[in-house]
Amino acid sequence: MSETLLEVKNLTKYFSTPKGLLHAVDGVSFTIEKGKTLGVVGESGCGKSTTGRAILRLQEPTSGEVYFEGKDILKMKRREMHKMRREMQIIFQDPYSSLDPRKTVNQLIREPIVNNKLLKDKLDIEKRVLELMSTVGLAERLYNTYPHELDGGRRQRIGIARALAVNPKFIVCDEPVSALDVSIQAQVLNLLKELQRDLGLTYMFITHNLSVIYYFADDIAVMYLGRLVEKAPAEELFAHPVHPYTQALLSAIPNPDIDAPRNRLLLKGEISSPINPPPQCRFAKRCNYCCEKCLAAEPELKEISPNHFVACHFPLE
Amino acid sequence: MGEVQEKRSEYAMEIRDLAIRYVTDEATVYAVNHIDLKLRPQGTLGLVGETGAGKTTTVLSILNLIQTPPGVIDSGEIFVNGRNVREMTPAQLSEMRGKEVSMIFQDPMTSLNPVMTVGDQIAESILLHENVDKKTAYEMAKKTLETVGIPGERAGEYPHQFSGGMKQRVVIAIALACHPNVLIADEPTTALDVTIQAQVLDLMRKLKESYHTSTILITHDLGVVAEICDEVAVMYAGSIVEIGSLREVFKNTKHPYTEGLFNSLPDMSDRNSQLKPIKGLTPDPTKIYEGCTFAERCPYASEECTKRRPQLEAVGENHKVACLAYEREGFSIERSRKQ
Amino acid sequence: MLFKKSKKIDDGRSIYVKKSRMQEIWHQFQKNKGAVVGLVMLIIIIGIAIVSGFVFDYKEDICARHAATRLIRPCLEHPFGTDQMGRSVLARVLYGTRYSLLIGIVVVGVSTGIGTMLGSIAGYYGGKVETVIMRIVEIFMMIPNILLGIIFVAAFGISLTNLMLALGLSTVPHFARTARSSVMTVRGNEYVEAAKAMGVSDFKIIFTHVLPNALSAILVQATTRVASAIISAATFSFIGLGVPSPTPEWGAMLSDARQNMRDYPHLVIFPGLAIMVTVLAINLVGDGLRDALDPKLKR
Repeated sequence: MSETLLEVKNLTKYFSTPKGLLHAVDGVSFTIEKGKTLGVVGESGCGKSTTGRAILRLQEPTSGEVYFEGKDILKMKRREMHKMRREMQIIFQDPYSSLDPRKTVNQLIREPIVNNKLLKDKLDIEKRVLELMSTVGLAERLYNTYPHELDGGRRQRIGIARALAVNPKFIVCDEPVSALDVSIQAQVLNLLKELQRDLGLTYMFITHNLSVIYYFADDIAVMYLGRLVEKAPAEELFAHPVHPYTQALLSAIPNPDIDAPRNRLLLKGEISSPINPPPQCRFAKRCNYCCEKCLAAEPELKEISPNHFVACHFPLE
Repeated sequence: MGEVQEKRSEYAMEIRDLAIRYVTDEATVYAVNHIDLKLRPQGTLGLVGETGAGKTTTVLSILNLIQTPPGVIDSGEIFVNGRNVREMTPAQLSEMRGKEVSMIFQDPMTSLNPVMTVGDQIAESILLHENVDKKTAYEMAKKTLETVGIPGERAGEYPHQFSGGMKQRVVIAIALACHPNVLIADEPTTALDVTIQAQVLDLMRKLKESYHTSTILITHDLGVVAEICDEVAVMYAGSIVEIGSLREVFKNTKHPYTEGLFNSLPDMSDRNSQLKPIKGLTPDPTKIYEGCTFAERCPYASEECTKRRPQLEAVGENHKVACLAYEREGFSIERSRKQ
Repeated sequence: MLFKKSKKIDDGRSIYVKKSRMQEIWHQFQKNKGAVVGLVMLIIIIGIAIVSGFVFDYKEDICARHAATRLIRPCLEHPFGTDQMGRSVLARVLYGTRYSLLIGIVVVGVSTGIGTMLGSIAGYYGGKVETVIMRIVEIFMMIPNILLGIIFVAAFGISLTNLMLALGLSTVPHFARTARSSVMTVRGNEYVEAAKAMGVSDFKIIFTHVLPNALSAILVQATTRVASAIISAATFSFIGLGVPSPTPEWGAMLSDARQNMRDYPHLVIFPGLAIMVTVLAINLVGDGLRDALDPKLKR
């Protein structure tokens, strides 16, 4: 019925550090359907950003396969990959450091067009830049301003326009609203949703903000220490989280509704080191339900109900 | 004692008519525009607002930490335990800082000294304010560490040996070491992960009960306010636009800006609800507004709103709002119609 | 806001002229009074260097010996006096500006070019490439300037070109280090990664995104190095390893005057002052530039 746009199999990215191998992303597999959004949530250091960057080969993965429309992009040569970059783009978290401070709005948006030789004629390029600016809601008068003269929300719009300039099919959104104020956050989220609807974009939406992901994503993948621990459609995941970590994570969201019932599951301790992790459940040390089997073997990701995957020896009910 | 008694206000901390601006070569930034703020003993006041609303400037003035220049304090009096901070001598000020009022900063990574053990850093504050010798101070530091959930034997370790959440606990321990009456926490959990944030908020709630401190919590996260505060002040462009008890402000919201903040948050009970962001941009702090600062972004604004500055008016018991729309007969915002 | 409306293009869309970065830098620069004074001095010095080439005849006014006018103290006819060969010190000091500036510019040009290239490659790629380049650079840094100069002159002979080459090479490590560290900071920014995601080649990324943003540190380094190159050149000439004798290089003039400096101090005062004033002017400008280019000092 629906078509798979991106399939990731066993994606792994290790970094070698003086203390040993850092397992940033460890055997992560998932698929994203065309026109849908996969939300990836997790706390700092869980490997969610590295996953996004490894898929785009901004950081070369250690091993694994990434199929984009059926082709394994990790096996591609430079030239093929260069073409591929037009299909897959990224929007960064920090609208302050992701824009070259020495370039004007016009130059920033123009760069991908000129660089990929999408348009040749100067007037065509200018028209396209203005068109992109209006798509993302940037006023024409900002054509020649520098990013430092603009606020965070507008800068993020430049980042979005730049990503859209090459007509991509797939965009990795790496915490696109985390650095923005609440009221501006909502504007950018609405813009991203509109663009998805109008241009048929597929998103991988990386964030640590659970309420944003609930609103935005069709499917949600929860990561912990480089591992994918649970993946399910958004409503299913929020209604029936079965991994102890997911449960704790969901219960920790500060809820602005003061009359909502609060049954907080407090986790003990903090995230353990991703360097040379022992062959046991990575969450075992903080898990309130940890038992012998959890320390003996690492659980595999298995489907417990249609489209609901979990990596836990004793998924909760 | 006698002369102090006269001025003593019943509040742990009180700000009257505070106005601060920053003057630079290019422009003057009006950071805080004539605000009044009261902190009840043992109360927790949430100061909510977006970047540039003047929250941090307001609380820095309580410790008299505004840099002048570029800062200019145009008016205002600040009372801590009944004494006017602006009339204190430098010696009195440093006596007050840490002992009566202490502050937790947003980023635990930069607010600890990397070359001192955490035990020494806590003991330093105790030595300054309590009449004890070094050894006792260190023992007291160990005890304080234990109250924030860190084993006392880790006092000899350096900040880099602690994780982010642990560092924030150390920062809290330093702030609480001398049992201050007033604790100012500037976005204490913003740099932390959700599960760690939950731990720290839980800790702060428990400490509030055992230490009887009054707390001012700066945040932009309405969820955090709902967790821990009992009173809320909403700031916009250097002014307080709505202030009152948690229940009044959250459940009986009156100001269009506060409503806008709530509407910008995804509704956790209804996934398909639309986000209704506040239109427009955060205001230019260098501009002097004749009328309401929020008027240009406000969906209910009328002609009148751009001409006259609204003042805080009582709209209920322990609830004030600064909005001219309520002068119109039968006016209510959408949110209150739903509730 | 910060832009001006200037012209309308054919279909009625308006195009806005950007407030250029140069204007911004100038705005910051001219706030620093010392820097402005330095700049004025520098412009005058450059003017002297250019004009003196037309006014004086090198053979006749600068090098020719005039037995009749030997060692005259400063007077109306010879404002700076004359030297042991009977040549006008004023003419020689003015003409010497050409050499000092030439040396400063060539030395810094050579070392900036080579140093920045090496440093950016090291900083951008990191890893083994960086280790190899930086170790070589450090080895060069360990050799004292004077020693390097002596080796160079011993191998290739005394001449202006060799002096400039020796000084240029010995300055390369400074630029390589500056370039490397500023490129490394810039490289960490997400816009470099963003460019990669758009498929921009490494070479282009270095030239369009990394170097322009790393340039301010290099530029400031370059200005101050011009001053130290002038001093080094004078030092070399003074000990006889620099510019050979009849050339009116300031250091060489000091060297020539050694015999008579007790009785005729004007022989050393004027070239010495010339060095001092030039170096001062350049350093003032360099300081001003550093402050104007540092975004942290804005506001």
